[in-house]
Amino acid sequence: MEPSSATKVTNVRARDRRKSIVSLGVHPAVGTMVGLLLLLAAAVVAATSLGYIRLPFPAVLQIMAARLFDQPAWIAQIDPVWIVVVTEVRLPRILTSALVGGGLALAGVVFQGILLNPLADPYTLGVSAGAAFGASIALLLNIGMLGIYSVPLFAFVGAAGTLLLVVFLASGSGGLSSTNLVLSGIIVAAILSAGISFLKYVADEQVGVIIFWLMGSFASRTWSDVALVGTAVAGSLAVFMVYARDLNLMALGERSAASLGVDFQRVTLVLLIIASLVSAVCVAVAGIIGFVGLLVPHMMRMLTGPDNRRLLPVSMLAGAILLLGADTLTRAVLPQEIPIGVLTALVGGPFFCYVFRRRQLGKN
Amino acid sequence: MNDAVELFRMTDLTLRYPDRDVLRGLSLTLTGGRFYGLLGPNGCGKTTLLDLLMRLRRPEGGQILFRGRTLTAYTRPDLARAMALVPQNFYINFPFTVRQVVMMGRYPHLSRFAPPGPDDQARVDAVLETADITALADKQVTALSGGERQRVIIARALVQDTDVVMLDEATSNLDIRHALQLLNLFRDQVDGQQRTVIAVFQDINLAAMYCDDLLFMKDGQVAVHGETEAVLNPGTLSDIYGVSAQVAYRKEAQAPQVVYRR
Repeated sequence: MEPSSATKVTNVRARDRRKSIVSLGVHPAVGTMVGLLLLLAAAVVAATSLGYIRLPFPAVLQIMAARLFDQPAWIAQIDPVWIVVVTEVRLPRILTSALVGGGLALAGVVFQGILLNPLADPYTLGVSAGAAFGASIALLLNIGMLGIYSVPLFAFVGAAGTLLLVVFLASGSGGLSSTNLVLSGIIVAAILSAGISFLKYVADEQVGVIIFWLMGSFASRTWSDVALVGTAVAGSLAVFMVYARDLNLMALGERSAASLGVDFQRVTLVLLIIASLVSAVCVAVAGIIGFVGLLVPHMMRMLTGPDNRRLLPVSMLAGAILLLGADTLTRAVLPQEIPIGVLTALVGGPFFCYVFRRRQLGKN
Repeated sequence: MNDAVELFRMTDLTLRYPDRDVLRGLSLTLTGGRFYGLLGPNGCGKTTLLDLLMRLRRPEGGQILFRGRTLTAYTRPDLARAMALVPQNFYINFPFTVRQVVMMGRYPHLSRFAPPGPDDQARVDAVLETADITALADKQVTALSGGERQRVIIARALVQDTDVVMLDEATSNLDIRHALQLLNLFRDQVDGQQRTVIAVFQDINLAAMYCDDLLFMKDGQVAVHGETEAVLNPGTLSDIYGVSAQVAYRKEAQAPQVVYRR
């Protein structure tokens, strides 16, 4: 009798404790967000100090602060080479990789929410393949009329064109079904990867550029890349947050969502376009980087639950940390730089298999 | 409240699917504060009619007035505050908790970024109790049985606090105890709060027990419409379903009940 009643008491206490956490409302998620934000800031500083030249943390912080507040006097004593390394070489690359990670994770959350499929991401809809195809054409023809924006522009045209085609193929009298969307996405993506192979085949001396770009890299990114991806990520996050509650309702299916006040067709279209846009910008700047859009929302859903109002910002931060970490690994830790797309697939793929298998076994 | 308020007026509705006509010139007027049972053979357009009334689908021809205004004049959120839907199948791929799903029924009453207030929480708690799912409140809906999930989605429609509730074979996945319990609940809401329930049924006896009016659909039209006692008879069943049956008043059910001939 004694032990069982004791366990009962502890159980009740545990339940009370859980209840008090729940009654605090959003606090656990806010804690997660603040924690991830601090982690991201720490990761940025750590990554900036790592590399071919190892820089001490105080110097890194000093340079960042001086640049942020425009106070050149603060870094008068620091080696000018270090300042160039931090502000012109490392920070653009580091911020680009973090922003791309955040953007891919955001697009993943939205695609999963719309397709009602926890395994969807920018690739499932063929959007990434479309962006890669567009960018490959720009690289092959060596189009430079728009400066650094040529490749992103072609990537976006490719992504948007692919999305239109996929939506057109999938739409019937009954609106957009997620099965049809995924099926059309896979068909179109298959055609496009054949197209990319063809471009590589005819590319001659440009083939190296295309292949290396397709594998993904953050090497020699500039502040204009940071600005481009930053605008895309910030803008898409704002739009997604406006529709986050609608996205929750869309998890109940089209009829139920509409009966709860969601303009289903319009919201679906807006979210698909914006998510494709942010994916296209990420692909254009960094090449094809797989598994971030798939893995991050999946893992964060276990942490925060499926409510998109929390899942979106948390996934963005986690995606940023993950890709920044991966890029720093290949840039500063590994003896030889591996293309980031290859690294994420090699590490993310098996890890995803493990997560997926655990889910199949019902452990979750 | 004897003077009946006109709720829906449908005139000459037509709708075609690629392979067949679903509605051919359907006209019907429904008044508020009643429990309607929508019956008819499979594929006769019952669910389509519910979808039209909620503007989840638009008719190709004809007009629907809701409270005297054309249905297209309302915004989606307006409609969400006026009518709730309990679908037959409810499938969800993401691990929302029961409480989160039920709370979604309050969304139409909350502005886009407003968190639910204490009265919303209290409303959800009360409805969880009513639907007999308080014990499941913190469980993930993905882990529930079909019947449990159905009670969650009924609870979600209840917290929506609408004057009109549409039940699309809402109780067909429930065991008989929960089916009766929930139909009693909707019946009380019609009697006590002048709500209107429009329910698609497969089970004619269950419909007869709870509905004030029965509507039998056939060939894209409402073939028979009237008070339950007046229209539920062997003639109607033979016309609509082509079955032979006896109908007798049973005082246990407080309604006419059907017994079929083999």
